[in-house]
Amino acid sequence: MELRDPAHHVSPRAVVFWTVRAVPGWFLALAGQSLWFVASPDQSGLRFTALGATFVLAAAHLIVMPRWRFRVHRWEVTNEAVYTQSGWISQERRIAPISRVQTVDIARGPLEQLFRLANVTVTTASAAGPLHINGLDRATAEGLVAALTVITSRSEGDAT
Amino acid sequence: MNVSGTGQNQSWRRLSARMLLVHPVRELARAIPALVGLVVAGRSVGNGQYWWWGPLGVVGIIALSVLRWATTRYRITTEQVQLRTGLLQRKTVATPADRVRSVDVTASPLHRLLGLAKVDIGTGSHERDSGLSLDSLSAAEATALRAELLHRSPVSQGVRPAGDGVTAGNDDLGSHDVGNDDTGNDDVELSRLDPRWVRFAPFTMSGVLAAAAILGVGWRLLDQLGLTAGDVGPVRGALDHLERTAIWVDVAQGLVVLVAFVTVLSIGGYVLSYWGFRLSRHGQGSLHITRGLLTTRAISIEERRLRGVELAEPLLLRAVHAARLTGITTGLKSRGGAEGGSSLLLPPAPRAVARDVAAQILHDPAPMGVSLTSHGPAARRRRFVRALLLAFILVVAAGVAISSGASPWLALPAVSTVPVAVLLAADRYRSLGHALSGSCLVTRAGSLDRRRDVLECDGIIGWNLRQSFFQRRAGLATLTATTAAGRQGYVVTDVPLSMALSLGDRALPGLLGAFLAPPTPRT
Repeated sequence: MELRDPAHHVSPRAVVFWTVRAVPGWFLALAGQSLWFVASPDQSGLRFTALGATFVLAAAHLIVMPRWRFRVHRWEVTNEAVYTQSGWISQERRIAPISRVQTVDIARGPLEQLFRLANVTVTTASAAGPLHINGLDRATAEGLVAALTVITSRSEGDAT
Repeated sequence: MNVSGTGQNQSWRRLSARMLLVHPVRELARAIPALVGLVVAGRSVGNGQYWWWGPLGVVGIIALSVLRWATTRYRITTEQVQLRTGLLQRKTVATPADRVRSVDVTASPLHRLLGLAKVDIGTGSHERDSGLSLDSLSAAEATALRAELLHRSPVSQGVRPAGDGVTAGNDDLGSHDVGNDDTGNDDVELSRLDPRWVRFAPFTMSGVLAAAAILGVGWRLLDQLGLTAGDVGPVRGALDHLERTAIWVDVAQGLVVLVAFVTVLSIGGYVLSYWGFRLSRHGQGSLHITRGLLTTRAISIEERRLRGVELAEPLLLRAVHAARLTGITTGLKSRGGAEGGSSLLLPPAPRAVARDVAAQILHDPAPMGVSLTSHGPAARRRRFVRALLLAFILVVAAGVAISSGASPWLALPAVSTVPVAVLLAADRYRSLGHALSGSCLVTRAGSLDRRRDVLECDGIIGWNLRQSFFQRRAGLATLTATTAAGRQGYVVTDVPLSMALSLGDRALPGLLGAFLAPPTPRT
């Protein structure tokens, strides 16, 4: 028995967004190491290796992580359930029945606005189970929220 | 007091006037450090003409607590419970009456002396301090209020969520509860404290925690007074005695004293918290727990909010065949600590008793007795790898430390972690398991803190399926059943993926089905 992947990918622009978002951290690490490299008088090989390793790691992370993420991050909404998949090295799938959905939020950070992306969060009565769909195209996100509002209003009960 | 007539209830009620005796005393006790500061400040500023600072502080605190009493009102309408507080900043907290999930009546010794009780109304919101707290009413009023709040909603007449548990067995308990509205006030006792259970107290962590707290406070106190522990007479004497004897005698003596200290504290704590413990089921669909030696607590939980139970068997308690029972309740946190929060259903007691009580609460003995499906060799390998990895790191660290000049004796504790890790991993694997029994999902995990969680499938409101990189390689997954009750999520750890999916599919039929891959085997 196996789960299939959810039907929809997130926006391809998310790849660039994730890359850009990861750059400052690596930049800080590289800047710190460069300072240390320049400031100290003895230019030992160890420091040079560390700097090189950081550089290679950063490049690998920036190239692999966003693409891997894009392959994993998927979502699907049916009349019965919301199904999301996220992560890259560590992956998580979340499924919640529509009848248990309590709120549907849409959020856009400053950087996300720049890329015309949006995050949709679907919460249930459980603090352990909010479903996040990150990196959605803005129009798709708004359509999704509207559709979810219609679908959830059809179901009854207090969702606990 | 008129309990059922709503017309009477519309008016605002005050807290008991006897609170005028409790509040000032308590606030004064709490403000002692500040008052001491005031007195000292009054003495030292100028040449004594500010002596009145201290008395002024006392008068101020008393005036404030009187004001608090005078400005606090509450009322219960048909829809809401409302609490109004504050003089300058009026604040009204209102909560829908049908959202009341638990009512907790507490009486400290001072309250009991005056015939008072504090009522905490839990509303099941996740935010802190969102419930209402009425401090205090007369004991009779508090009891009446509890009955009024819990039995106003048309709960017991409805369909019981226990589902299969009730319909399957026409046992006396099940038939007793269904359709039993006319004799609403009867009370079926499920359990009562047996004084012999106190023997389990030393096997809980409560004594250790209490000892740590006492030592911590004592240390701080000494520190603030500018003393060191050696300055205190008895401690000085003990230290002198220790200096005159051999080191291993010191260690042995220290251990004996520590164990005795912790044992006395834990027994004291057990008796204080759980003396007079009684768990009963009210005919109208709620569980009542009363307990406490000096401070008494009476807790009521609506059964329709109860989604299951947790049977906690920490290693030490397991060694003496004992266990503790906690409820999984919508709107109540299970994590009550050793002292037991509002959802405690049974203090440390013989395991057989705990199982029996759980069976009665669940209306079904199966989930407590069912043998669990183990998670297979991959899960076992993961237990061992994780435990041994930690031991390995410790050994390597010790090796590095020794090679750079540390005492070779360091190797002894480091190497001895290896057999401990092996035992721990074996036990963790033995504990690991899950089952679907009756209408409940049963999952068990842990060694030092082993827990069997029994969650009604009705209470599950979603699935999280998590796979780390290594879990994917081993074909394992961690399945979390999310719920609005208790810990919010109950975890089935390191279960083979297909087993996890079939479990999820059987527990909540129809939800996963649409997302399962077609059964054609991939080549």
